[in-house]
Amino acid sequence: MVFLDFEQPLESLYEQLEKIQQVGQEGDVDVSVMVRELENKIKNKRKEIYSNLTGWQKVQLSRHPERPYTLFYIKQMCRKFTELHGDRYFKDDKAIVGGLASLDGQTIVIIGHQKGINTKMRQYRNFGMANPEGYRKALRLMKLAERFGFPVVTLIDTPGAFPGMEAEERGQAEAIARNLLEMAQLRVPIVCAVIGEGASGGAIGIGLGDRVYMLENTWYSVISPESCSSILWRSWDFKEQAAEALKLTADHMFEFGLIDGIIKEPLGGAHTAPEEMAKILKKQIKKAIAEIQELTIDEMIETRINKYASMGVYDVVEPLKEEESDKKVKA
Amino acid sequence: MGWFKRLKDGIQTATRNKKEAPEGLWYKCESCKEASTMKEMKENFYKCPHCNYHTRINSFDYFSLLFDGPYEELFIDLVSKDHLHFTDLKAYPDRLNEAYRKTQLSDAIAVAHGKINRRPLIVAAMDFKFIGGSMGSVVGERIARAIDFARQNRTPLLIISKSGGARMMESAFSLMQMAKTSAKLSQLAKAGVPYFSMLTDPTTGGVTASFAMLGDINFAEPKALIGFAGPRVIKETIKRDLPEDFQTSEFLLEHGFLDFIVDRKDLKETVSDMVSYFDPQKMDKSKMLEE
Ligand SMILES: [Zn+2]
Repeated sequence: MVFLDFEQPLESLYEQLEKIQQVGQEGDVDVSVMVRELENKIKNKRKEIYSNLTGWQKVQLSRHPERPYTLFYIKQMCRKFTELHGDRYFKDDKAIVGGLASLDGQTIVIIGHQKGINTKMRQYRNFGMANPEGYRKALRLMKLAERFGFPVVTLIDTPGAFPGMEAEERGQAEAIARNLLEMAQLRVPIVCAVIGEGASGGAIGIGLGDRVYMLENTWYSVISPESCSSILWRSWDFKEQAAEALKLTADHMFEFGLIDGIIKEPLGGAHTAPEEMAKILKKQIKKAIAEIQELTIDEMIETRINKYASMGVYDVVEPLKEEESDKKVKA
Repeated sequence: MGWFKRLKDGIQTATRNKKEAPEGLWYKCESCKEASTMKEMKENFYKCPHCNYHTRINSFDYFSLLFDGPYEELFIDLVSKDHLHFTDLKAYPDRLNEAYRKTQLSDAIAVAHGKINRRPLIVAAMDFKFIGGSMGSVVGERIARAIDFARQNRTPLLIISKSGGARMMESAFSLMQMAKTSAKLSQLAKAGVPYFSMLTDPTTGGVTASFAMLGDINFAEPKALIGFAGPRVIKETIKRDLPEDFQTSEFLLEHGFLDFIVDRKDLKETVSDMVSYFDPQKMDKSKMLEE
């Protein structure tokens, strides 16, 4: 087990538990009462820690090395899955995966950022940072879904689109922008869920949909807390403050009306019970698809666009009385 | 809102006075370091007469360059709000007030409606001086309304981008403006009203990765910095120096992301040509390709 810094009290309780269990195995002492007591203690401690997580702690959880990634969820949720590769123009991006799947008999196209599970695979997946061909592969698969009327599901988990030289040459910005435009008009339901990190353009590049959810311990922001710290505080040391200031947690995002719902995680985070997490996620995705399918296609697209059109907060000030006469003078 | 009324008085006074004042002053070119008078600069479309360096100009300068005469500024009543109570080294409201005071602008974009060679055009032009031309809710909403205006009046839309990217102090609201502006543009495209996107120095981040790259025609001023990630971030990532022309207009043209580059002296005629090709007023929608 990997413990995060704020989980230290749990780590020592687990150590005690292990020791007692060992004693129980070795000798004739009955430790069952002590074990039960400790297990209760662990449960309560976990509740205590997890009921009060800060923004930064949730960022840490979203990056937990044991956290389930896209391919795990796909395999858990879908009876069949056939991965489809390549953008048909340049190559196959390993940081975004996608393909055809069967969700309890319904064919869907499912796409997501993919991180690696060990050092070698993290390199292979480019740490979940996609290049333009990743976004273009995603779009190709979405257009395939559109032609055959399959709902689209996207799972978001990226520290950002890759900031590399070749990414710029091949039009990282254009690839993300194109996806946003096309996803707005896609004639099939789109359900998105942030399952880990939702960093900026790299996240939203596959994240425009009829329903957008966040798992409880994830974040979604225009910039990572670290980069925000380095730009606005001019130092890397203010990531905790930046995480608070950015209000990047699922609670805030839901309160702001920028996501459609929060998906509860098992106590202690998705990684403590990944199969259970996949079940909860699947249930929500199925429910969402069914709800969206109640609309006609045109209603669905109109509702989708209106949802995004209403996102934004600003003040409206009184126009000046003299303004009318002044307007024309400016040129 | 007293401060904003004062601000608006300020803007109007400043815009009126600006035209006469600075002719005696000198401008030292950032590129070739040669000096020119402000009068020479103005007559040369705010480009260096020695090396043709295109200086960064503001939204109202573009309006003057493009429109035949009077124009009407739209949606000026929308102003930024500190919904997140965002504080870094400075509180967001203080940053905004400082920007109002220093720039006399109402946000990082201004929208105006007027005529270009007697044909109607709506222009949304960004201002880099206002918090780095960053895109917050007001930028997104003004663009969304400009798109609605273009759609309802079947008037071509020109957006002039000049932005460092997202307005971090509006966090995810800023991010969602990418989706919002792109979704609205998809409606404009469906309606068959042309959208011209001009990218100027600099255009990076979320602005490039949304409306700036989505023009029916994409073009740029010479030697502008255009990209998704900033050059500093890329350099830190790849730990190598970047090629001389990397992320310039010329680089983007070469890699297939721009239709052409336009010298500012030809800007009005070029945009006017675009408007006349498309002329959505006359266009017969039944002859257009069905979706
Ligand atoms: Zn010069």
